[in-house]
Amino acid sequence: MAVVIESDSFDPWQALQRHQDSLVGGSFGATAVFVGSMRDFNQGDEVQGMTLEHYPGMTEHQLEAIAAEAAEQWPLLDTLIHHRVGDIDPAEPIVLTAVWSAHRAAAFEANRFLMEALKSRAPFWKREQLSDGEERWVEKNTPGY
Amino acid sequence: MAIKVKFFASLREWAGQSEVMLEPEGLASVADVLKASTGERGGSDSVLCALNFETVSLSHAVKDGDEVAFFPPVTGG
Repeated sequence: MAVVIESDSFDPWQALQRHQDSLVGGSFGATAVFVGSMRDFNQGDEVQGMTLEHYPGMTEHQLEAIAAEAAEQWPLLDTLIHHRVGDIDPAEPIVLTAVWSAHRAAAFEANRFLMEALKSRAPFWKREQLSDGEERWVEKNTPGY
Repeated sequence: MAIKVKFFASLREWAGQSEVMLEPEGLASVADVLKASTGERGGSDSVLCALNFETVSLSHAVKDGDEVAFFPPVTGG
C-alpha cells in the first residue's frame, strides 16, 4: 500500500509500472487503474490553470485510511494512490489510483471505492484560473454515480 | 501547550489567516475554537472541521495540544 503526494508533474504510467514491478509476478490476476487529468473547461468556462491545495499530514492520513478500508472490504494484494498538489496545467495528470487483486471484481470495485472516497473525504481543494483572468475556488465535485 | 488552529482554501481567505495558536482555557468544543479564532458563532454546512486529522462535528470536545482545522467541502481527484 503506497500513498504519494506529488508537488511536481508526474507520469502515472511510469509510477504504475514501477509499483507493479515491485510486486511478485503471478500473484495477481487483475490490475484496475484510474487516472484523472486536468480539463481545460469547467462549468462552461475555459480554464487555463489550477492550483491544488492540501492539508499536509491529514491528506496522507485520510488516503491511508481509505486504502486500509478497501483492503478490509476486498481481497487485495496492493493499492497505490498518487495525487498532485500545487500549480497544474491542463492535460496534466492529477490523480492515479490502482488496485491489484487475484480477480477483476475486487479490483474494479475497490478501485472505484478508492476514487469515490478520495473525492469525498481527502482534504484537497482546487482553485481555477480562468482564461478571462478570473480566479475561483471549485465549490464541489461532480457526482461519481 | 496550546491548541493549534489551521484554515484552508476559501476559509483561509475568509479567516484572513492560515494558522493561529490559542490558549486552551475556556475552549471546550470545536465550535468554541471556531468562535475564539474567527469571532464566528456557528459555522454552516460549508464549514468542515477536523481534529487531529480526523473529520469531526462542531460539538466535538477539544483539549490542550490538539490541532483543529476548518475548511470547505473537499474538491480533489
